[in-house]
Amino acid sequence: MTKITDRETRQHNIRVRIESDTDLVSARHAGRMLAEQAGFTSSELTLIATAISELARNIIEYANFGEIHLELVQNGSARGIRIVARDAGPGIGNIEQALRGGFSTSGGLGLGLAGVRHIMDNFDVESNVGAGTCVTVTKWKL
Amino acid sequence: MAVPILKQSNYLIATIQSALTDQDFVQLRDALVDKVGRFRSRGVIVDVTAIDVLDSFASRTLRDLAYMIRLRGAHTVIVGIQPDVAFAMVQLGITLADVSTALDLEEGLAFLDDVGAET
Repeated sequence: MTKITDRETRQHNIRVRIESDTDLVSARHAGRMLAEQAGFTSSELTLIATAISELARNIIEYANFGEIHLELVQNGSARGIRIVARDAGPGIGNIEQALRGGFSTSGGLGLGLAGVRHIMDNFDVESNVGAGTCVTVTKWKL
Repeated sequence: MAVPILKQSNYLIATIQSALTDQDFVQLRDALVDKVGRFRSRGVIVDVTAIDVLDSFASRTLRDLAYMIRLRGAHTVIVGIQPDVAFAMVQLGITLADVSTALDLEEGLAFLDDVGAET
């Protein structure tokens, strides 16, 4: 199991290296802990933990290893959690298709990004074929 | 972490006690598919009460488990999916398709008894 590698003051910021399935458990646990600090409800915490699990799984499935960066964010009085999933894998050739295809989980590898986008308030994918993928999502506590 | 599997009369009961890795889920599937033959069980209960995340892989593995056990001639029922977990699954579009579920262990046992009485 990978240790949490970087803890900033009061744990507003956690990086989890993702390279095996045990890291998925660590990442969603860390995300749940962090999101708890932002005052999310229990069902929102579960939603966030599940989204982290899917993002981390995509890393393992397609890129073998990468990183999940979890961060508490603030915008005016709104608090939230930002999740950045980064890898240096093969990249996504057709992002539109990846976003369209995945809502149903049957058959495919991992969960499509569409499901994650659906539950998050902000969603951004940057991907270059051969260079890697970076998915950034934010969930705000309203 | 291995999931303990109890044999109770014609049924096998697997109670998941903490967060499982993907590998743990696969091992649970294989262990149950094997044991259902070894103990000639008619039904399998997988209790997920303690699970706080059922993501796409876990759900797919539970679905596969239920189908494989069905092919071995027994029924599977998943019990104890928590409200928050159910909410997250629905929001993310994660399904268990036509896998049987029940509220808790007691309801799961009653379900298997009913299925057994019909066949």
